[in-house]
Amino acid sequence: MFHEADVVMRAEHIVKQFPASGGRTLTACNDVSLNVYKGKTLGIVGESGCGKSTFVRMVLSLDEPTGGKIFYHDRDMVAMSKHERWENRQNIQMVFQDPLASFNPKMKIVDILTEPLMNFGKLKKSGKEAKARELLEMVELPADFMYRYPHNMSGGQRQRVSIARALSLEPEILVCDEATSALDVSIQKTIIELLVRLQEEKKISMIFICHDLALIQSFAHQIAVMYLGHIVEVIPGADVAKKAAHPYTQALLGAQFSIHMDPNKKIESIESEAPSPLDVPKGCPFANRCDHCTERCRSEKPVLREIVPGHEAACWEVEA
Amino acid sequence: MLEIKDLSVQYGKQPPTIEHFNLSMKKGEIISVVGESGSGKTTVIRAVLGALAGGGRVTQGDITFHGESLLNYSREEWRKLRGTKMSMIFQDCGGTLNPIRKIGSQYVEYICAHSSKSKKEAWQLGVSMLEKMRLPEAENIMNSYPHQLSGGMRQRVGIAMAMTFDPELLLADEPTSALDVTTQAQIVRQMMELRDKSQTGIIIVTHNLGVAAYMADQLIVMQYGKVVDAGTRDEVMNHPTNDYTKRLLAAVPEMEGERFVS
Repeated sequence: MFHEADVVMRAEHIVKQFPASGGRTLTACNDVSLNVYKGKTLGIVGESGCGKSTFVRMVLSLDEPTGGKIFYHDRDMVAMSKHERWENRQNIQMVFQDPLASFNPKMKIVDILTEPLMNFGKLKKSGKEAKARELLEMVELPADFMYRYPHNMSGGQRQRVSIARALSLEPEILVCDEATSALDVSIQKTIIELLVRLQEEKKISMIFICHDLALIQSFAHQIAVMYLGHIVEVIPGADVAKKAAHPYTQALLGAQFSIHMDPNKKIESIESEAPSPLDVPKGCPFANRCDHCTERCRSEKPVLREIVPGHEAACWEVEA
Repeated sequence: MLEIKDLSVQYGKQPPTIEHFNLSMKKGEIISVVGESGSGKTTVIRAVLGALAGGGRVTQGDITFHGESLLNYSREEWRKLRGTKMSMIFQDCGGTLNPIRKIGSQYVEYICAHSSKSKKEAWQLGVSMLEKMRLPEAENIMNSYPHQLSGGMRQRVGIAMAMTFDPELLLADEPTSALDVTTQAQIVRQMMELRDKSQTGIIIVTHNLGVAAYMADQLIVMQYGKVVDAGTRDEVMNHPTNDYTKRLLAAVPEMEGERFVS
């Protein structure tokens, strides 16, 4: 399913550190390597503060990594000049969690939708309305929405506009950071259906950050599980329910609530809190919350190893 | 224990936010109220607590607690009820704590305001409540400022405070919505334990149908301020009669459920 030739973007050994008070350093991403494939969705799950958003900020060249390289079609994005980076932004676009906060409240939808195209000089002023109509149609909104302001729309409609704006430049990669978390479940479903349809039509690659494992496994081709800045498991989306190998992924699965679950079932969830990213443990980052922890886990950091093609886990206790 | 009859609430001159809401609750029962944003779920429990936000008022119906109508309560009567017999957990309990005072000082103040305990006894009680919520190093937490704790820990402090006087009724407004799934599971488990131990009745308002289904003895589904479906968990979850309930249930993502891609 995943071929080397289909790799659109490759992140290699990304490290991102921020200086913190008292001369300490906060490690947000620690040796993150991920591939994004043509027309496929990469889901990233993990608890808040695990570094998912920091990672995609680097993918979008909004931040520079402290170490490591990000290749977009074999061109290193980190080494690009300012102008090249600006040009390259057309290829990677983003949908934010809160569309209201990412729109200028004083701009009409028609201007919001066509601003990226105007910025890159791809559209004349006279063509704005026609383009906006086309974009609104793509996300199944009526054309007269273009004369509205963002506050006159519902959350789901705003998120559709947000998707239309991100796709106006026809990017190859679309990054969604918790794009449906603020929406009601029924709206969430329609947005996911829209994204999946557009992905199939335009062969877009998606990076989708989400903390709802049940949601992400319903449409992601591969899922990367992040914990404390580390990728602990990469698994095909369809396999996560049955074949998850890493204890942390299993803990996430155990903490899921389902409408069909047995009410007498005990909830299995891990106790305690994740360690601080200011003080990342020497061994396995998950060691202090893991039931299978051994001496080796505390002293030596596990690396991602392939279990079967397309499925990798970073755990000493998992048979490779 | 708690009875809501034909309740309607209106904010200012707007159309009623909730209409003809009925609920009857026994001791130690858990009722989940689910629905999408704007369906009036929060308004229901705010009405029960007598804390409707700006301009909200009950226009019709009655709320009775142990047979007494809450609508005509005086300030003094409310003060005796809230925080002891009836308490509330908010979505963001950290936000209800004063950011420039240590948790211990706020906790002690809260206990002393509702009982005749000395400060020392109150401190001890606070520490023991935090320990019950399985917070590590409770003394240390009492000496911390709210911003020094993580969101999950702050939420547990909030729940510990709400549970201090073993309330008969706990109102929880989206208590786990802002939390990670692992923390959510811990909090849900702790709320269930509290019910089993102290027979606390809980009304939980949430948009997470999984959590609602797991906790609830009774479920109420709301849409546009009206109750569209109500009944036991089995009735609503497994044999929904209402179309809206069916649609809502179908939209919840499930592990190994519908896949949108091949």
